[in-house]
Amino acid sequence: MTLAQRRRLINRIALSLSMAAMACGLFWLSWILWTTLSLGLGGLSPELFIRMTPPPGEAGGLANAIAGSAIMVGLATLVGTPVGVMAGVYLAEYGRRGWLGRTTLFINDLLLSAPSIIIGLFVYTLVVANMGNFSGAAGVVALALIVVPVVIRTTENMLRLVPATLREAAFALGAPKWIVITRVTLRASLAGVMTGVLLAVARIAGETAPLLFTALSNQFWSLDLGKPMANLPMTIFKFAMSPFADWQRLAWAGVFLITLGVLMLNILARVAFREKHKS
Amino acid sequence: MVDMQRKIVRLGLGDWVFFNLTRLFALITLLLLGGIIASLFVGAWPAIIKFGTRFLFDTEWNPPMDTFGAAIPIYGTLVTAAIALIIAVPISFGIALFLTELSPVWLRRPLGIAIELLAAIPSIVYGMWGLLVFSPVFAEHIQPLLTATLGKLPVLGRLFQGAPMGIGLLCAGIILAIMIIPFIAAVMRDVFQVTPAMLKESAYGLGGTTWEVVWNVVLPYTKAGVIGGVMLGLGRALGETMAVTFVIGNSNFLDSVSLYAPGNSIPSALANEFAEASSGLHTAALIELGLVLFLITLAVLVFSKVLLQRLARQEGVKT
Repeated sequence: MTLAQRRRLINRIALSLSMAAMACGLFWLSWILWTTLSLGLGGLSPELFIRMTPPPGEAGGLANAIAGSAIMVGLATLVGTPVGVMAGVYLAEYGRRGWLGRTTLFINDLLLSAPSIIIGLFVYTLVVANMGNFSGAAGVVALALIVVPVVIRTTENMLRLVPATLREAAFALGAPKWIVITRVTLRASLAGVMTGVLLAVARIAGETAPLLFTALSNQFWSLDLGKPMANLPMTIFKFAMSPFADWQRLAWAGVFLITLGVLMLNILARVAFREKHKS
Repeated sequence: MVDMQRKIVRLGLGDWVFFNLTRLFALITLLLLGGIIASLFVGAWPAIIKFGTRFLFDTEWNPPMDTFGAAIPIYGTLVTAAIALIIAVPISFGIALFLTELSPVWLRRPLGIAIELLAAIPSIVYGMWGLLVFSPVFAEHIQPLLTATLGKLPVLGRLFQGAPMGIGLLCAGIILAIMIIPFIAAVMRDVFQVTPAMLKESAYGLGGTTWEVVWNVVLPYTKAGVIGGVMLGLGRALGETMAVTFVIGNSNFLDSVSLYAPGNSIPSALANEFAEASSGLHTAALIELGLVLFLITLAVLVFSKVLLQRLARQEGVKT
């Protein structure tokens, strides 16, 4: 075999393997999505949204879990977004050169990929251990702590994309820095920041680990933030691990709802960001 | 005039307030990491003084007797993450290679987006699928096949022997691999795209094949970034809770080297026991487990960040 033939052969083998890898990746992932879709759609019914989580063997839905998840995710986003945006503003507009800015940026990236179960433990020792019981409020704190790094990261990124000339124009008109930031640069990067918030919501909507020792779960309808609160991921965890077929069916329906929601949020974030940058 | 001055003073004050407000939130973020470590230390303290370094090497985890050794969850965490990387890295590399060099241009965007969307699917979905769909198939078809092939190897074979139960260390590693493939592939693709076209074209111009260009030009150029991406995936695999808890078997006893055996990982031990921890010492031991996990992942993440930053510096400063 000549050298050229050998090289071509190696090339062909490597590229076939690469294609096989792509096929392999797509195979697993489409299998997972297909299961979620087919089993999830089977469990879908109006009952799901109006009835409470049942004891095994009885009919029921996921109403309390859906409501609890919506409340906790909503509140966590409301709490986490302003904190993240403000810190992101500092990192992009004030702290680019200083030690505080650089260190915070580094630490923030660590927090971004830190195991979420650790956040749960932290909130447990901080809130639950002091309050004496698991509560929806503790769940909100844990989820908010996951929102903050995501929002900081995107805010900082997006503010950096704003051209310096825009800032200079505003400064030249005599505006003080905080007016420039709030009325010009933040507004210019609004679409990007919103993208970050949507991605953060998508991230926490499916998070289970930080809720394990904070919000716990609740079999009943409860909107009291001082008490354990039902939520979709924990309910899915409990129902999927159980041997009861009807609980597992509800778990599949829940998984379908979460997956659908997360994918929709991601697509929405992409579209919102692209629209803005087209114009 | 006086009006104007007052306005300037007021706006100056606004500047001061706004600056310090944003700085305060940045500081809070900075302190958060320290706060997490400190609070875990405080929570784990009773276990730390009781067991000392024995905690890390002792294999007995016995809540009723209040003896806690973390060797089995630590072993499970490291082994499952290692299995995940062994499977996921080559496949992710292949996917990234396909997306940057082979795929027809019109397919690149949709496939890239699909990979990124899949990285966003919550881990509980992978876990539940692993338990209810994958593990029966795994026990019935794949495990016997592995025992009949890899199980015959001289030393490595012992890893693939035992009763095919489906759930266990190997199953957890595979589910983790499936979960981190999109993640690592997305990072690798981004990193490969950083390679200047000029560099690749020069290599093609010299007559290199696609494989030679990727292996000898793209990969060395992006080495730091690729390792950074892999480390990021490793960080994820180590700290993953839900995908593992469903399929690892949650057993604190381990008496064989077989990967078919059920085991435990730090996150799944926490997930299963924490809310029902009986004694104060049990809680403290579990918090110490969390601390160990956090320190391991932090080390991995810092390493990956430093490597990725080195790649970013190669790119030059964009202003």
